[in-house]
Amino acid sequence: MKEEHQKGHGKTYKYGMVVDLDKCTGCGACMVACMAENNISFRKDDTNKLVSNFWMRVYKISNGLPFPDADISYIPRPCMHCEGHGHHHATPCVSVCPACATDYDHETGIVSQVYTRCFGCRYCMAACPYHARVFNWWDPRWPEGMEKYLSPDVSPRMRGVVEKCSFCFHRLQRARNKAYAEKRREIGEDEYQTACTEACPGGAITFGDLDNPEHKVCKLKDAPGTFRLLEKLGTNPKVYYTTTRDWVQKAADVYVGNEGNGVTPA
Amino acid sequence: MDSALIPEGVKRCPLKWFAVWIGILNVPLMVGVVGALLCWGLALNQTNMNNNYPFALWIAADLGVIALGAGAFFTGFLRYIVKIDELNNIVNFTVVIGVICYAAALGILAIDIGQPLRGWFIFWHANVHSMLTEVAFCISCYFMVLCIEYVPLILENRQIDKFRFPHAFSHRLHEMMPAIAAVGVFLSFFHQGSLGGVPGVLYGRPFAYREGFLVWPWTFFLFILSAIACGPCFTILITKITEKFARKQLVKRNVIDILARISGWLLAGYLVLKILDTVYWVSSTAANVGAPAGSFYANEPFGVWVLITEVGILGVIPAIILLTKRARENQPLLMLACLLNCTGIFMNRWIMTVQSLAVPVMPFDKFFSYHPNWVEWATTLMPLWAGAIVISLSYRYLPIFPQEKELNPL
Repeated sequence: MKEEHQKGHGKTYKYGMVVDLDKCTGCGACMVACMAENNISFRKDDTNKLVSNFWMRVYKISNGLPFPDADISYIPRPCMHCEGHGHHHATPCVSVCPACATDYDHETGIVSQVYTRCFGCRYCMAACPYHARVFNWWDPRWPEGMEKYLSPDVSPRMRGVVEKCSFCFHRLQRARNKAYAEKRREIGEDEYQTACTEACPGGAITFGDLDNPEHKVCKLKDAPGTFRLLEKLGTNPKVYYTTTRDWVQKAADVYVGNEGNGVTPA
Repeated sequence: MDSALIPEGVKRCPLKWFAVWIGILNVPLMVGVVGALLCWGLALNQTNMNNNYPFALWIAADLGVIALGAGAFFTGFLRYIVKIDELNNIVNFTVVIGVICYAAALGILAIDIGQPLRGWFIFWHANVHSMLTEVAFCISCYFMVLCIEYVPLILENRQIDKFRFPHAFSHRLHEMMPAIAAVGVFLSFFHQGSLGGVPGVLYGRPFAYREGFLVWPWTFFLFILSAIACGPCFTILITKITEKFARKQLVKRNVIDILARISGWLLAGYLVLKILDTVYWVSSTAANVGAPAGSFYANEPFGVWVLITEVGILGVIPAIILLTKRARENQPLLMLACLLNCTGIFMNRWIMTVQSLAVPVMPFDKFFSYHPNWVEWATTLMPLWAGAIVISLSYRYLPIFPQEKELNPL
């Protein structure tokens, strides 16, 4: 599918990430970095998380056992940038958007959101099983003076449109511009990293080209104990998780008992 | 005062009573208008929708009214294509009901979208792979067809009909009606189906997702069948309510009986297919992705009672009544069957949209409930009041019931 789209259009990449759940402490630095980097608006009272704007959200799960066996784990969840596969052939949200306001880039594997084209029907949100998409229920407002700190590379979104994680696409553009100025065609692994990856103090997030054997993510995604959320649905996400704790893996995904080898070992 | 506008040979209430009635209907309508203005002015934070429930009461109501409005195209199909001549006595009224339902659907959508001024993007930047695009195109086109069908009724007003051009134009439109009805049938079958496709293609939501035929999930076909099964019942229900308010019989029993009988068979057929679909979905489609049926009904108020109520109480019972001659001829029972059938459709549309989103998909996701607030209710109920006004005006000034004179000689 991807190859067909890109025939004659140069090299393709498949950007994705691997999150080591054993390293995540749930500090929320990734969320903060994401909000600051991407001009995500917030409200004075943002306690109702069902209407808050998050591109990166950290879920907390517990094994439910009493002390001393009690254990918890945190699951950072950005947009999965699903590729879709099998008979679906399409990203869940991209295929349903009636106005082509969200798109799967076959060159990078990044699912984009065109804010100026979105008219707010929210069908893409209904299609996404990861709750990765949020709607702007309010006009975006920042405390006085804070608007001066907004990133000039990311357009703030108006009310009434859907937004989501872009894998900091503006950083990719910036890295490409730099490479172009330096007469290079390729950008290095370190030149394009998402804000959440850089902000994680535990180094739990690894980001890069999943198809490039020289990138760390390429090896990590095939390591034992690595899985993807809702693997069975066929959304084909590009965000992988890894853990050595069996209960975390079982609590984080669905299994029907006939999983093959690869990403979802029992 | 307005007697010159009232069709000849029929009796209507005094204008002042009519004005009071219209005035009363305008009160809740204005409450809805306030709700709509709040949403447009202050954004959708005025509702109880949230990121877990991006589709809520409005979308369920949208799908519901379109299904109820199916009586228009289906009666047109039966009258002009299948040639059941008796339905000529009710086909005008189904057009009025259809116009109201489709105008309501478009109006609700205009409030539901976050950027209403960009509503035209769906046509301009159309994604041909999206079911919603198909819905938007077909609904808009079919609404135009309904308006074309409604125009000759307006032109038949006693005073307008005196002029040569409107009279001739109306006559021409009447002659073209079979062709117009055929276009309406084609468009309607597609958008009723596409509305079923809207939840059916969501493969990220195991509760909604269905396998199917080519690009159409089974819900595509189920929605068509359920719409044509309930549309005639809604026509009967509104006709009977109109008769109640008018205090006279407007349509002969045999006409109502034809619609009720057809509705009964279609409903029975739909129920068989719905049960088969449910069994296959639970045992295969959902089970294969690790979503056991129990997980779908684990969170109240979306318990298993929802499925039992939808298929049993609101499906099997009305089907039995509609298919039994004696029960069908009993007017209160017939009304009950029509009411249950129409409620069942609304419940089905609610389940396929709202419950689909209510069921947590990620294993560590939590369930959150949703209750529409007054803004959502007030705007959703607007079509009821606006519809009553349109029907009242149409009944008073237009000859929409051809049998009225015969049934109620002055």
